[in-house]
Amino acid sequence: MDSALTPPIGTQVFRRMFKSKVTVAAFVIVLGYALVALLAYWGLLASNWSVEVGDSYEPPSKQHWFGTDIFGRSVVDKIIKSTEVAMSVGFVVSIISITIGVVLGTVAGYFGGIVDECIVWVYSIIASIPNIMLLIAFTTILGKGILSVYIALGITGWGELCRLIRSEVIRHRDREYIQAATAIGASHARKLIVHILPNIIHIVIVKFSEIFQTAIKIEVVLSFLGLGVQNQPSWGVMIDDAKIELMRGIWWQLVFATLAMFLVVLAFNILSDALRDALDPKLRGK
Amino acid sequence: MNLYTYIIRRICYVIPVLMGVSLLIFLLFNVVAGDPTVVMLGKYATAKQMAELRHQLGLDRPWFIQYLDILKSVFTFDFGRSWATQQSIIAMLKSGAWVSLTLVTPSLIITSLLAICLAFLSAFFRNSLLDRGLVMLSIIMTSISSLAYILFGQWLFGYKLGWFPIAGYEYEFPDFITYVMLPSIILIIVNIGYDIRFYRTMVLDEIYRDYVRTARAKGLPEWLVLFRHVLSNVLIPIVTNLIMQLPAFLLGTLLTESFFSIPGLGGIVFHAINSTDFPVIKAITILSAMFYLVLNLVTDIIYTLLDPRIKLS
Repeated sequence: MDSALTPPIGTQVFRRMFKSKVTVAAFVIVLGYALVALLAYWGLLASNWSVEVGDSYEPPSKQHWFGTDIFGRSVVDKIIKSTEVAMSVGFVVSIISITIGVVLGTVAGYFGGIVDECIVWVYSIIASIPNIMLLIAFTTILGKGILSVYIALGITGWGELCRLIRSEVIRHRDREYIQAATAIGASHARKLIVHILPNIIHIVIVKFSEIFQTAIKIEVVLSFLGLGVQNQPSWGVMIDDAKIELMRGIWWQLVFATLAMFLVVLAFNILSDALRDALDPKLRGK
Repeated sequence: MNLYTYIIRRICYVIPVLMGVSLLIFLLFNVVAGDPTVVMLGKYATAKQMAELRHQLGLDRPWFIQYLDILKSVFTFDFGRSWATQQSIIAMLKSGAWVSLTLVTPSLIITSLLAICLAFLSAFFRNSLLDRGLVMLSIIMTSISSLAYILFGQWLFGYKLGWFPIAGYEYEFPDFITYVMLPSIILIIVNIGYDIRFYRTMVLDEIYRDYVRTARAKGLPEWLVLFRHVLSNVLIPIVTNLIMQLPAFLLGTLLTESFFSIPGLGGIVFHAINSTDFPVIKAITILSAMFYLVLNLVTDIIYTLLDPRIKLS
C-alpha cells in the first residue's frame, strides 16, 4: 500500500470511532454534561439552587419543569448542581487513578525485579478486598465530603489499569525497537515515555472512559449511604430522599435524578465500547 | 515441580498479601482515623472517661501490639466485640452470612445461567439484529443506577401491587422464601446486563481460534461448534469468574439488604457505617479479603488440574 495515501493513525482512529451515529450522539451527550458542569462550576447555572422557588413538593409544571423538593427548591437546579458534583468526581478520580496506575504499571513492567514484586504486592492487596468494602473503609476514616470521595475512589480505582499496563509493558520492553533505542544510548525515561508509552496509550484512553463512569455510579451509591458529598445536591442524595417520597406519590426527584445519571453513564458506556473497537486492532472486525 | 510443591508455594504467596491487608487496615483504622472515643462518648465526655474507654478498647497500647492484634485475628477469627451492640463480631457475621446466602445463592445461579444462555444466543446470531439488540439492552440495563431498580421494584411490587412483603425477614426455612423473592429478582435485574456482555465477549474471544475454524472446516453445524467445542473451553473461565465474584456479590447486596431490612452481611455493614462501628468494618474487610484469597487459591489449583496447557512454574 502506498504509505502517502494512508491517513495518520489519529485520523484513522477518529474515522473508525465516529462511523456510527450512536457514538457521535454519545460524544455530544458527554460534552453537553461537561459543559453544564463547567457552567455550574463557574456559577453561571443553578448558582442559587438552594433558594426556595415555590411550595414544598410541587409537581412538574411549566414554571418548575422537574417540580420542587421538600423545601420548595427547584429540582432542575438541583440536578444541574449534581451534574457538577458527578462530573467533577468522574474527572478527578480518573486523573488520580490513571496517574497512579500508569506510573506504577510502567515502572513495574519495565524495571522488573524487586520493584515489580513490591508493586504487584500492593495491587494484590487492593484487589483482594472487595471494592465496596475498601471504599467504605476509606470514606468512614477520611470523613464525609467530596474530598474523601475523590481520594477513596482515586486510591481504589487504579489496580486493574496497573495490571494491564504492567503486562503490556513487559511485552514491549524486550522488543527490537527498544533494543535499538538502547543501542543509540536512549535513557530509561526516554525509552519509557517516547517509545513505550505511545504503544500502550490506547489502554489508558479506554480505561479513562470506564473509570469515569464507574466513579459517577459509585459516587451516587456513597452519597446514598451518607458517606459522600455533604451540603451539596447529588443524584445519590436525591434518590435517597425519594425513599420516603415515593410512598406519597412524589416521583419526580427519583425519576429525573435517575434519568440524568442514566444518560451520562449510557453515553460513557457507548463511548468506551467505540474507543475499544477503534483502538484495539485485535478486536477489529469482530 | 509436582502438584504438592505448587500448592504449598501458592499458599505461601497468600501470606504476604494477607499481612499487607492487615497492615492497610491497621494504617487506616488505628493510624489515620481520629480518636474514636470522641465519637462514641459525644462532645460532653471528660478526659478521664475518654482515657478509660481508650484503655478498655486497647487503644493506649504501643502501635506494634495493636498491629499484631489485627494480624492475630486473621488466624484466630477473634475480632472482638462490636462497639455498637457489644455482640461478638464473629457470631454476628456467621448469622449474617447465612442470611445473605439465602438471598445471594438463588440470584447468582439464575443470573449466571440466564446470562450464559443469552450470551451464547447472542454469539450464535452475532452481528444480527438480535445480537445488537441484546448488547444494547444490556448496556442500557447496566447504565441505570441499582438504587433506582431497588426503589422502583420495592415501590411497584411491594407497595403498589402488594405481591411481595415490602421488607423484613424470617430465619425459619420455608418462611424466608417470600421475603427473599423480590430482593432476589431485583438483584438478578441489576446484575444480568453486565454478565451478558462479559460472557458474550468471552465466547467471541474463543470463536476466532483455530480449533473452532477446524471444527467448522470439518463441516460441523454452527450450533454444535458452539455447544460442544466452544462451551467446553469457555466453561473454565466462566466458573472461575463466577467463584471469584462471590465475595463482591455477598457485599454487593448491601443496598438491597438495607432497603429490604434483611439482616445479612450487607445489612450489618450498613448499620456499622451508620454507627461508625470500626471493629465490624475492620472484621468484614479482613474476612472478605481472606475469602477472596482462598477462592483465588482454589480456582488456581483447579485450573492447573483441569487445563493441561498451564505449566507448573
